Amino acid sequence: MEKLQSPSALKEFQGKIKAGRDAEKICITICAGTGCLAYGTQKLIDSFKVEIAERKLQDKVELKTSGCHGFCERGPLIVIHPKGIFYQRVGLEDAGEILDTTIIKGEIIERLLYVDPMSNEKVTLENDVQFYAKQNRILLGMNAQIDPTSLEDYLAIGGYEALGKALSEMTPRGVIDEVIEANLRGRGGGGFPAGWKWDSTAKAEGSPKYVICNADEGDPGAYMDRSLLEGNPHSILEGMLIAAYGIGSSEGYIYVRNEYPLAVKNVNLAIEKATQLGLLGDNILGTDFCFNIKIYRGGGAFVCGESSALFASIEGRSGEPRAKYVHATDKGLFDKPTSLNNVETLANVPLIIRNGAKWYQGIGTEKSKGTKIFALVGKINNTGLVEVPMGITLREIVYDIGGGIPDGRKFKAVQTGGPSGGCIPAEHLDMPVDFDELTKLGSMMGSGGMIVMDEKTCMVDVARYFLKFLEEESCGKCTPCREGVHQMRLILDRITEGKGKEGDIEKLQSMGQAIADGSLCALGASAPSPVLSTIRYFRDEYEAHIKDHKCPAGVCKSLITYTIDPEKCDGCHLCFKPCPTGAISGEKKQLHTIDQDKCIQCGACYEVCKKATAVIVE
Amino acid sequence: MSETVTITINGRKVTAPVGVTILTAAQDANIYIPSLCHNEELTPYGSCRLCLVEITHNGRTRMVASCIYEVAEGLEVQTETTRVQNVRKLVVDLLLIRNPTSPVLLELAEKVGLASPTFEPEIKGCILCGMCVRTCREVVGVSAIGFKGRGITKAVATPFDMSPEDCIACGSCAYVCPVNVIPMTEKNGVRKIWNTEFEMQNCKTCGRAIAPVKQLDYFKKRVDLPDNQFDECAHCR
Repeated sequence: MEKLQSPSALKEFQGKIKAGRDAEKICITICAGTGCLAYGTQKLIDSFKVEIAERKLQDKVELKTSGCHGFCERGPLIVIHPKGIFYQRVGLEDAGEILDTTIIKGEIIERLLYVDPMSNEKVTLENDVQFYAKQNRILLGMNAQIDPTSLEDYLAIGGYEALGKALSEMTPRGVIDEVIEANLRGRGGGGFPAGWKWDSTAKAEGSPKYVICNADEGDPGAYMDRSLLEGNPHSILEGMLIAAYGIGSSEGYIYVRNEYPLAVKNVNLAIEKATQLGLLGDNILGTDFCFNIKIYRGGGAFVCGESSALFASIEGRSGEPRAKYVHATDKGLFDKPTSLNNVETLANVPLIIRNGAKWYQGIGTEKSKGTKIFALVGKINNTGLVEVPMGITLREIVYDIGGGIPDGRKFKAVQTGGPSGGCIPAEHLDMPVDFDELTKLGSMMGSGGMIVMDEKTCMVDVARYFLKFLEEESCGKCTPCREGVHQMRLILDRITEGKGKEGDIEKLQSMGQAIADGSLCALGASAPSPVLSTIRYFRDEYEAHIKDHKCPAGVCKSLITYTIDPEKCDGCHLCFKPCPTGAISGEKKQLHTIDQDKCIQCGACYEVCKKATAVIVE
Repeated sequence: MSETVTITINGRKVTAPVGVTILTAAQDANIYIPSLCHNEELTPYGSCRLCLVEITHNGRTRMVASCIYEVAEGLEVQTETTRVQNVRKLVVDLLLIRNPTSPVLLELAEKVGLASPTFEPEIKGCILCGMCVRTCREVVGVSAIGFKGRGITKAVATPFDMSPEDCIACGSCAYVCPVNVIPMTEKNGVRKIWNTEFEMQNCKTCGRAIAPVKQLDYFKKRVDLPDNQFDECAHCR
């Protein structure tokens, strides 16, 4: 491939690609994001190739493997264009049937249609699926349109147009001003305006200047950055290129965790192809602008997402944060001016430059512009990635998009902001979601994890779980985080074991405050949040554990007993077999009982008991 | 004369040279701020968090490590606010878990107003201030020891927990350790440290041990001294 020698040559090349595309051609798009691949989608892709060839449909039908579409709960996913027919939970052997029935005969396969959990009605077209209807997928929408390994696909949907525009029509200052005007705030958790970060880096003394993409996503259950890198790697490269042009940087890094092999592979390929076409490397598009990107794979330490720890890691030292009284924009990587931006932040950049700051400002709230991708997980019907405009309410996310809570259970709380975020209770469901509102409620936007909890979730246990995670991920450098989080976890252990003491709650609160005040980096400073926020909103649950030795949600094993209600047990015998310790006795059609000495509170009997009426948790 | 700035510490005006830390400025003005992992010969590390103070600058109040934060004109420093005291007490309380009998820690406990420890001890001895590791790297220049693990399992160790190849047995690590938990012994012309035995060089004249052979070799190499430089001790030379 020959290098493009000017922004206008890029335009011309892009025009040719677009002209060669037939919007009316049948295209079967298979989601090949990590979630769908885990369902075995590769087998489905392979069989589609074989079946298409057998039916000699190659000229009529295009097969596209794309990145993550977001609706992971219902994978494997297929969308058939141009109509937009949406098939979900597609069987790995279904390729032939889809070709014969839908492509050749034009009929719908009812079995593969999505059933809306609220209305119980079948939905044929992707656009009509409620999960997508309330989203505004300016980023994830691109994932579904392109093959991440194809540079042509990205160019066909307007990719690198923003780079061409920046290089031909805008000054570096103009680029920064545009992003400042758009008020793009950092999606990695801090919410700091990206444009101002670039401005400081551009003005800082020192050379070289670095542009780094932080792809060290590590929150449990969060995978939006992963999906963007895997599904649309060129958009991240383009975002970095524009940042570098604005700042005056010629060297960039992508710090990505090695646990994301597909992301590493696709980004590597994207770098190779962009370089071949003259979009990356020296004299980009024939101009004086040069920018090279190196990939640095991280070993998977959560703390390496923290800027100074990330720099230490790239510099070859262990990933420990240092005090940041001098900003990274002045002294960052190798003590040089550095702009570190999150994946999702960078993905927004080409859209802002292409469509203008005004367009971007039209989405979101007064102080939080644009969309945010959340990883909606936990006790929710529609698990997946959702991209919503800032300012949408939690209720809309949980019920309209998420389809509510499974098994008709009651919503209890949602944890936002990852392990060091906070739990928000039902009374705040109508609060608009943006950077500032979440902070007011004692939580945070973080990188966008959203874990839904129902009435069967014990909030003390949840706090303990997140604290344990942070305890294990603490780098161990500073005392409050290393020792303090560990001690807080021990107190929570005691409480969940029924050994809580009067004063434990107050001790947790005072320790939490001192740890937040005293820790060296944001990991320690926010580590007490899950405990402090659950005490704030669910203090009664803590008190029930400590004073009454009860776990109201029936989760903490030391505090629950399983008994069989003699009035309701009909002797169905279903609970007998699953009991791993043989604690249940009783003949068929006779009353069953549980030997409390043998019972280990595993809950297996409770799970199988018909509608859980005879086995009681207390 | 070097350029100076004026700051206030607990309301008192203090003049300090540009570039010094709050801790140094306070010490020069005889204002006590507790510290543990700080040593003026080492690059500030800011890990123990004992020296935290509350500062107000340009209308913004926050907690900073005084051993790292540099003075600036108009900076207001408070060293005894409730927030500051709470962090100090918690830090000493937490460090006593690892080493409940250290005189240094017990003295600090008294100074910061911690009446008695509130946690169950989990004795490890080492309080992970990192003075040994940093001294070995920055002052001695050999990096024979380092940290292993992370979080609560973090520990000071030799590479791969084996005899440290780069150690010159100088004993600086044991010397700087504030809680005295790096064992070093000397018997029959042999120094033992980090579970490794090092031969001592004896004075040709009086026969007394001068220093470990490896350490003297390191000196000779580093400053290009003649081979027989340390044949005799300073006294007999």
